[in-house]
Amino acid sequence: MADEALFLLLHNEMVAGLYRAAEQGEGENGRCTTKLESMGFRVGQGLIERFTKDTARFKDELDIMKFICKDFWTTVFKKQIDNLRTNHQGIYVLQDNKFRLLTQMSAGKQYLEHAPKYLAFTCGLIRGGLSNLGIKSIVTAEVSSMPACKFQLQLTSVMSMCRKMIRPARRYKDITKTLEEIGGCWILLVTTFV
Amino acid sequence: MSRPPGRKQDSHKISRELFVLTYGALVAQLCKDYEKDEDVNSCLDKMGYGIGIRLIDDFLAHSDVKRCRSYSETADMIAQVAFKMYLGVTPSVSCSSAAGNEFSLILDKNPLVDFVEELPVERASLCYCNLLCGVIRGALEMVHLAAEVTFLQDKLKGDAVTEIGITFLRKTEDKKAKKK
Repeated sequence: MADEALFLLLHNEMVAGLYRAAEQGEGENGRCTTKLESMGFRVGQGLIERFTKDTARFKDELDIMKFICKDFWTTVFKKQIDNLRTNHQGIYVLQDNKFRLLTQMSAGKQYLEHAPKYLAFTCGLIRGGLSNLGIKSIVTAEVSSMPACKFQLQLTSVMSMCRKMIRPARRYKDITKTLEEIGGCWILLVTTFV
Repeated sequence: MSRPPGRKQDSHKISRELFVLTYGALVAQLCKDYEKDEDVNSCLDKMGYGIGIRLIDDFLAHSDVKRCRSYSETADMIAQVAFKMYLGVTPSVSCSSAAGNEFSLILDKNPLVDFVEELPVERASLCYCNLLCGVIRGALEMVHLAAEVTFLQDKLKGDAVTEIGITFLRKTEDKKAKKK
């Protein structure tokens, strides 16, 4: 579909343009990754809003992750995530064996050092999408052999924070103390029924 | 999960929105990086040029078009085939010079500004869609047609329509048939 080519080319030009400007200017490459990531964040926030306008409410975190891996990834990158792994404690690893933004670049180890530049925008996209679904996250990416890449997500939604605190703490006093620290009377009310 | 009908159209729409949102984020970032509007405009034009020189291959591969025999055919091709294919709109073409080498594409609806209300006051001379000019210029250059492409009117600046002016620069000599 013609739309793919436009976004692909725009993305590549953005990366190239930003790094070229950085070379001519201060020469600070670190900022380019931040800029790309924050652009992706803005786009992800807007996109997820428009995308989930008519979908049903998500049941839990895993439901959201499945949505990201299937519907979201298919719409943006025309394929699903190949492998989703989690430790059920807020860490998810999304593996894409043929990441569309890298397929045109190389198939193997060539240009591996340039790959992270082309992943920053997508990391921001995921982080922005999750943020507008109520999940704060830290997204990083790694590439060992193009075009496969892995996105690591560390999620911290309010629900997962509560679960983490309630499970190990056995005494009621411990639970209320920790919850008071993060603040919010409504959380205390919820835990009285636990 | 059963899919509602029309899902495919939704995904095309979302793809296009992805492009439009990404473009918006890019312009916003460039406005943060550069103080002068001319710098932002020229940066967008350069990026558009880089996209255009590559997009032409994709265009020729996906559309089954014959060689254009005149400037007006080329302008029609850009408006009716290329714009339709990539942006989903069909601007109207008008020839604005007796010599037959100046054309203007008039866009009633510009999808790139779908999410833009208005330009900020301090960015009054920003050509928001300058990328398009670079794309057209780059694409034409790759088919050996030198052209100058600029925005003549812009809805975001208060004009009635958005008008892109294409001026073909010199008469091409023999146009050899391209083997596809």
